[in-house]
Formats: sequence, structure tokens, C-alpha cells
Amino acid sequence: MSERSQRIVAPIVIFVVIFLAWEGLVTGLHIEQFLLPKPTAILSNLVRVIRIDTTDSSVLADNEAAALLRVNRLLVDLPGGISPEVLAPLEEASIAEFRQGSHRVLVAKGVNLTPILQASWYTLKEALGGLALGGIAGVLVALATARWTATREALLPFAIAANSMPIIAFAPIFNNWFGIDNPFSKMAIVAVMVFFPLMINTVRGLVSVPPRSLELMRSYAASEFAILVKARIPNALPYLFSGLKVAGALAMIGAIVGEYFGGPRIALGVFITQEAALFRFASAWAAIFSACLMGISIYLLILLAERLAMPWHSSFRE
Amino acid sequence: MTEPVVLLDSVDKTFGDGTAVQVHALKNINLSIGRNEFVSLIGPSGCGKSTLLRVIGDLIAPTAGRAQVNGKNAAQARLDREYGMVFQAATLYDWRTVAKNVQLPLELMKYPKEKKEQRTREMLALVELSDFARHYPWQLSGGMQQRVAIARALAFEPSILLMDEPFGALDEMTRERLNLELLDIWRKTNTTVVFVTHSITEAVFLSTRVIVMSARPGRITQDIPIDLPQPRTVETRENVRFFELETQVREALRESERQPK
Repeated sequence: MSERSQRIVAPIVIFVVIFLAWEGLVTGLHIEQFLLPKPTAILSNLVRVIRIDTTDSSVLADNEAAALLRVNRLLVDLPGGISPEVLAPLEEASIAEFRQGSHRVLVAKGVNLTPILQASWYTLKEALGGLALGGIAGVLVALATARWTATREALLPFAIAANSMPIIAFAPIFNNWFGIDNPFSKMAIVAVMVFFPLMINTVRGLVSVPPRSLELMRSYAASEFAILVKARIPNALPYLFSGLKVAGALAMIGAIVGEYFGGPRIALGVFITQEAALFRFASAWAAIFSACLMGISIYLLILLAERLAMPWHSSFRE
Repeated sequence: MTEPVVLLDSVDKTFGDGTAVQVHALKNINLSIGRNEFVSLIGPSGCGKSTLLRVIGDLIAPTAGRAQVNGKNAAQARLDREYGMVFQAATLYDWRTVAKNVQLPLELMKYPKEKKEQRTREMLALVELSDFARHYPWQLSGGMQQRVAIARALAFEPSILLMDEPFGALDEMTRERLNLELLDIWRKTNTTVVFVTHSITEAVFLSTRVIVMSARPGRITQDIPIDLPQPRTVETRENVRFFELETQVREALRESERQPK
């Protein structure tokens, strides 16, 4: 097996082993589903059947039923599983109607994946928006402080102190300032969280140009601006990207935890807390995995951007 | 010898003046270097030879005295781009290809595109690295990197080449080959070279003049003309006169350590 295919196969093998071990242990040790659902349960939860009882005999129009399902998108599972007479019409459409004694029963095959995807997209936008805001601000402040040494000396100790503070603790304050349902309240907390690591790393990169390199530029009588563009900024790129990798993870944490303190129902953090509160742990777990996947995706995108921005860097030499 | 290229007049340099860590790096340096000379500065570590090189290049300002290059003060000469610098480490930019590294000073000096590319080609041909134009520095050996640094220093035709132990980190074989190449380049480009080195052999082989310095405070103790025939070749190293001059420099170095401070 070549080294390259080994690098791809090995993580897949580990993933399968973890999946099987988890499934096996939960089953074998008889762990309650609300403590830790099986991975298969989490997956099958992504497609679920929803039942709505209509007690009055009036026939619900399809669009009304659809509206009802949207609002109550996660109503209780049909007890006792799905009988064949329910399943048959379900094969045809996602909404079916039948009688159960005197009750008219409306059943829908709801795809739980849709609300999770919607919530994920909403929260991802918050995370990326905050990352962009905080990132741009961090880099701009770094450029300014690299140029003016006095500003840097004054600011850097504060930035380093701020970087070790749990900024997420301010989330309720930000919710209060910008409105709990306003996505900007989450973007703001994310922006503040990512600002410090990005600023500190960029400053380090801008000022850690080797002294010989600066002497060389001086011997060419290069302007401060030319030194910035041709020596300091390229030198800062590896630092900037290692800051971005930290910031990317912080962005998802900031957005989701910010939502734990409150937000619109469409937000992933709110979704997770609600599902957990209603003991729908498989659904909560599925949403948590979605958050994890987004975090990993952001990281991979940053890796890709790093590779494109500095193909010359030592970490990519083969 | 008409107007000297480099003229140092009673140059003094003290680092950390008035503090506990005050270092008298250079004391009363008087030196005149003419056009097309190849002058080596040699001496024990801490004798201030690198500092002296930086005073000439206006990278360090002297505490007292005057440094003139081509009749201008050193600062003006730097602004007029009279200097090509080569350091012990090649100091190439990792993010630039070999050709782009050579172009760096040309970009800063706003050469037109055509001229820039032409000069780059010429310089890479001069240091025999034409085939490596698109390589990145890390793909080159130490000796090749140093040749790129020399090509970069010469790209804008500076009137004086300042070299701070450029071959100090290379193995003996590479160093001897680059010594020959450097002499070849020096002849072709008609530059004046000021060369800092630790190596007696290198100093004698390359130079038209060897300046011997002593430490604490750094000062010039001897000025030894090297009258070996030009051009220097591999045979030069086996010349009897070569050994005599080596011995002379070695004794001058030993003597300079005994001299009263």
C-alpha cells in the first residue's frame, strides 16, 4: 500500500472501529438511550415519522397540514412503530391520512435532517460572519501596531491578557446589547473571541522578521511600506494561518455557546438545548455532530487556503 | 588610484554608551579603499570587523568620525543604492523563487519589466544557476543559495560589494570553488569588494589587500598588500609567495593579540 493511500485508509479504518465499538458497547453494556444513544439510532433519527392527531372531523387541507408539521416539526414518534397500513401511503407521499377508531390521524414522514441542516446553516453564517469581522479587525490592528511600535508596546500586554480570558462569559451581555434573536449578537461574541489570537499571531509574524532580512532591505534603501509588503507580510503568513486555525475552532464554539444562552428557534445551539430538554437525545446528538462536522470543515478550508497562499512553506515540502 | 571608493576617517563606535554593558567596538579607524580593490577584513571574533562593514554600508552609524563612499557620506550612498550586501546566511526569501529573489532589489528600484528580467537572466547565468530560476530556496544547497545571494547583490550593479563572512557556513570544498567563482565575478563586474572573513587562506587567496584587526577595542593593526599575480587560479594556492603571505597574515594576527590595548 502506498504512503498516500495509507494516509486516507487509516483514518477511515479508525472511524469504522470507533463506530462499531460505540454501537457494541452501548448495546452490550445496556446503556440507556438517553445517556448515550447508539450511532445507528442517531442516524435513523435523521429520518423519522411524525404523527399528528386531529381530534375534530374536519379534513385538513394539505397545505395546512404541511404548515402544522413545519411548526411542530419534531412531534412525538408514532407509538408502536409503523403499521403496514400507515407505511403504504407513506411510500407515496410524505403526508398520509387514515382513521384510528373515531380519530382522524395525520402522519408525516418528517426528515429530521432538514431542520438540523437549516439550523446548522444559520449558525455557520453567524460563526463565519464573526470570524470575518474579528479576523479583519485583528489583522488591521496588527498592521497598525506593527507600524507604530509605541502602540504595540502599549496594546500587546492587554491583548495577551484578553486572550486568556473566557470571553464566552460575556455572551449574555452581548445577547442583551444586540438583541437575543439578532444573529449579530452571536457574530459579535465570535468576533471578540477570534480577534485576540489573530491579532497577537499576526503581530508576532510582522515583527519577527530576521534582522539580516531587515538589514538587506535597508541596504536597498527600501521604504517602510516596501518592507511591510515584501518582507513583513509574507513573513507573517504562517503565523496568521496558525492563528486562523485556533480562531476557526473558536468561531463555532462562540456561535453555539452564545446560542445556548438564548436565540431564535432556528439556531443550532437552541435546537440542541431544546431537543435535550425534551429528552430527544438522538436528535440532539445528531445536531452536535453537525456542529462538529462544520468545525472540521472550517479547519480543512483554512488548511486549503494556507496551502494555496503559501505553497513555498516548509510544512508542505515533500 | 584617484578618488577612493571607501574613505573612513577616525571612525569610532561604542555600543551601549554610558551603560554597564558599554562595548568599544571600533577605535580610531582610518581606511581608504580604491576602485576595483578586493579588501579583506580579518581578525579574532569580537574585533569589530562586521561592525566596520556595517558602518561602511550605513547599517550602523559611527559614534564619531566620518564614513564616505564615492565622495558622499555613507547614508547618502545607501540611499543612492551603491551597496550590494551578502551575509553569512543567504537571507533569501522562502516565498520567492530563485529568479524572484534576484529580482527583489530591482523591484524596489522600479526597474522596467524588460530590464528586470534581462538582468535576472544575466545574473543567474553569471552564478551558473540559470536552470534553477524557478526553484525555491529550500530546494538548493547552501552553496547554491549563497550564489543566489551574490547574484541578488550584483543585480543592480552596485559600485561596492559588502560581504560578511559569505562562505563561513559552507564546507571547505564548496568554499574554495565559490572563492574562484567570486574572483571571476569580481573581474567581470569591476566592483570593489569589502570582504569579512575568519579564514587566513581565504583572505590571502581573494584579496588585493588584507586588513588585520585586533579586538577590544577593535582597531586596525596591519594593512598587508597581497601581491600575488592576477588572475588567481587553483595553482595560486601552491605558490610559494602564497605561503609567505599566509604566514605574514598569521603572524600579524598573533602580534595584534599581544599589542597593548
